[in-house]
Amino acid sequence: MSDQKPTSRWTLWLPLALFLGFVALVLFGLYRPADREVASTMIGKPLPEFTLRAAAPDRPGLTRADLADGQPRLLNIFASWCVPCAVEAPQLAALKAEGIDIAGVAIRDRPEDVAAFLARHGNPFSRIGADDRSIVQLGIGSSGVPETFVIDGKGTIRYQHIGEIRPEHIALLREKLKEATQ
Amino acid sequence: MIAEFGLAALWLAAALAALQLIAGALALTPRGGTLGGIVRPVAMVQGVLVALSFAALVVLFAQTDLSVELVAKNSHSMKPLIYKISGTWGNHEGSMLLWVMIMGLSGCFVAAVERRLPELTMLATLAGQAFVSLGFYAFLLLSSNPFTRLPSPAIEGAGLNPLLQDPGLAFHPPPLYIGYVGLSVAFSFAIGALVTREVGPAFARAMRPWVLGAWIFLTLGITAGSYWAYYELGWGGWWFWDPVENASLMPWLAATALLHSVSVLAARNALRAWTVMLGVVAFSMSMVGTFLVRSGILTSVHAFAVDPERGSFILGLLALNIGGALVLFGLRAASVTEGERFSAASREGALVFNNVMLSAILGIVLVGTLYPLLAEALGAKVSVGPPYFNPVSAIFAVPMLMVLAVGPLLRWRRDSLARIRPLIAIPAVLLLGVLIWAGSQAVGLLPALGLALSAALGVASLLPLKGRKLRQVKLPVWGMVTAHFGIAVALLGMASDAAFTTERLVAVQPGDTVEVGPWQVQLQRIEPVAGPNWTALRGDLAVSYKGGAVAELHPAARTFWAPPNETNEAALKTRWNGQLYAVLGQETSGGRWQLRLWWKPFVPMIWYGGILIALGGLLALLGRLASDLKRLVARDKIAYRRSRQGR
Repeated sequence: MSDQKPTSRWTLWLPLALFLGFVALVLFGLYRPADREVASTMIGKPLPEFTLRAAAPDRPGLTRADLADGQPRLLNIFASWCVPCAVEAPQLAALKAEGIDIAGVAIRDRPEDVAAFLARHGNPFSRIGADDRSIVQLGIGSSGVPETFVIDGKGTIRYQHIGEIRPEHIALLREKLKEATQ
Repeated sequence: MIAEFGLAALWLAAALAALQLIAGALALTPRGGTLGGIVRPVAMVQGVLVALSFAALVVLFAQTDLSVELVAKNSHSMKPLIYKISGTWGNHEGSMLLWVMIMGLSGCFVAAVERRLPELTMLATLAGQAFVSLGFYAFLLLSSNPFTRLPSPAIEGAGLNPLLQDPGLAFHPPPLYIGYVGLSVAFSFAIGALVTREVGPAFARAMRPWVLGAWIFLTLGITAGSYWAYYELGWGGWWFWDPVENASLMPWLAATALLHSVSVLAARNALRAWTVMLGVVAFSMSMVGTFLVRSGILTSVHAFAVDPERGSFILGLLALNIGGALVLFGLRAASVTEGERFSAASREGALVFNNVMLSAILGIVLVGTLYPLLAEALGAKVSVGPPYFNPVSAIFAVPMLMVLAVGPLLRWRRDSLARIRPLIAIPAVLLLGVLIWAGSQAVGLLPALGLALSAALGVASLLPLKGRKLRQVKLPVWGMVTAHFGIAVALLGMASDAAFTTERLVAVQPGDTVEVGPWQVQLQRIEPVAGPNWTALRGDLAVSYKGGAVAELHPAARTFWAPPNETNEAALKTRWNGQLYAVLGQETSGGRWQLRLWWKPFVPMIWYGGILIALGGLLALLGRLASDLKRLVARDKIAYRRSRQGR
């Protein structure tokens, strides 16, 4: 560092080389396909081990074993304090009416709030686990509420739906469940 | 008429820029003759014309002329006047016009006042400025014309992003742009110096006020932008490492490095090639940042028009400007690298260290900003956030701040650490003491380091004044001391926010009282209020600090109807030792309301520090300008006397 040496010639071209790399990268960025969804890296992976206490008085809690009983089902991440979760309630009810089993995980919630929420918006869940510190939520690669996962009979995550389920999403979820059966 | 006038002025200014480039370039050739004589006047007229064009657009927005497409898309007759005016640059086309206007005006000022450089270097500089401007003129006129008329006038405007309807907007982009584009002058000086191979103290002295000026505006712009994000987004954070924030931070880092290396070049004629390189890099970072934001390549909270065609156009400009400058650098820098020598323990040595660290942080921010794109090119999707930026930049920031405490005490050329050891003993003890205390508070490593460094630096930054008669201390020294002290102040705010913030998220009904830190907060009622183009639900909070006097706070959730959007208006209560921050959320079941409260000790220091840093720059700039003026007057006197004697 002390004495400034005459810089060798190739280092003088280094900035240009770096800049050309930048241009190449950005060209890629400009013309890549416009797919911006953040997909979970957990798809195709088995669920982690967990045991959650019951979040509501009239439904049992949830463990990993409950989701690996041979039957594919939906796993819905929700919370009583989450407005889009109320929006998707009719769609969940419709899926339930088709005979699809839905397990729920209530995020950072209180039993009385969950009960009030279910009384108001209907209860499509066969089991509801209480995830008080978002541990299961983070463990399965979910970053918000609501999210809905398709779990096959072996406890493997097959599909992740981010955000509320709107009426137009029902067919897709049905399709993914069917794929999970095979 | 006004729109047509604005467009005509813009075309004329573009034509003059072309003339400025051609005449300047021809005058550099041996057969250039007297062509060089027109370059300065042309540069001045060009600046005036583009300023008139921008003024025309401001008038169109102020009048809400809905026959102009840009106004119809981005404004609304119901908007308060100040937001109509700030709407001028709150969109893609208008902000690009602001950009070329500042470029044109900078060129105009350089042409008007700069007399120190050799005439040929000056011509090359102005030609370089014209070259860069021309690209942006072409971009505006060919693909982003702000003056396009609609076939039939719109009945009503389509509004403005309500997040942008805030006094913060009026204050935060224009200074940032002056900063970004002011660096174009340093870029053009570097080009001029490379073309004529005239890199030396005169070049450094000519460039320094421009770098200082741009840097002051960048500092203020970043400070204001950070405060704006802090209270307007309602997330309680003051820096999010968002691509747009990084886009403003990168030129600032490069300009800060340049500011210091240019001082070495001016005082000691060392670091020649490096200074030229930084002159190129600083403005390149401005352009790269703008490009990354505008092209929509990186996702960000700042919604600008996302358009791959525009992206390609700016990328072409970038490749031409930056690529061209770097080729020139590769060809010419070898002949300017040799400079004066110095030892490691010297003022220059410390400044070189500062430069290397700043460049490393710049590299880290650039890589972090681009990494999601790089990962995607390699087939993965990631986002990069504070867990990367904070610790990795700290690796370089911590040693840099330690050297910053020592560097200003060293002499130029050759010094020994032993000489200043008694001086730095106090800050060193302070550093260790605070570190041990912070360690006992279990605040985390980075906040503890931040607190300790801010204490040590706060004292050390004042040491260059020790033993001097304060009235004889020169302005640039005051500037340095103020700016360095400002860094310590800002650092205190950042570290204290990270270490001591208390947060509560509660659902309350009117009458409930919540405690957050030393504060008692009572929700009294929720009531609807109506603004000019929004309605809001406002919470009335009675807050008291440690049971003292009660003050009112009014956080609100606003609903805008043009365009429909909802925002949270945070409410702040500032004391000398921190800020209470309240955000009203949604109604939950049973008549309860979500209320988010933070007590943030000393957080305003972040922005006070930012202002101090800018003030330091201003003092230095005034000092330099004053001594330049003195030198100029003295030279004129000598010349006058000589001409009298000669007679």
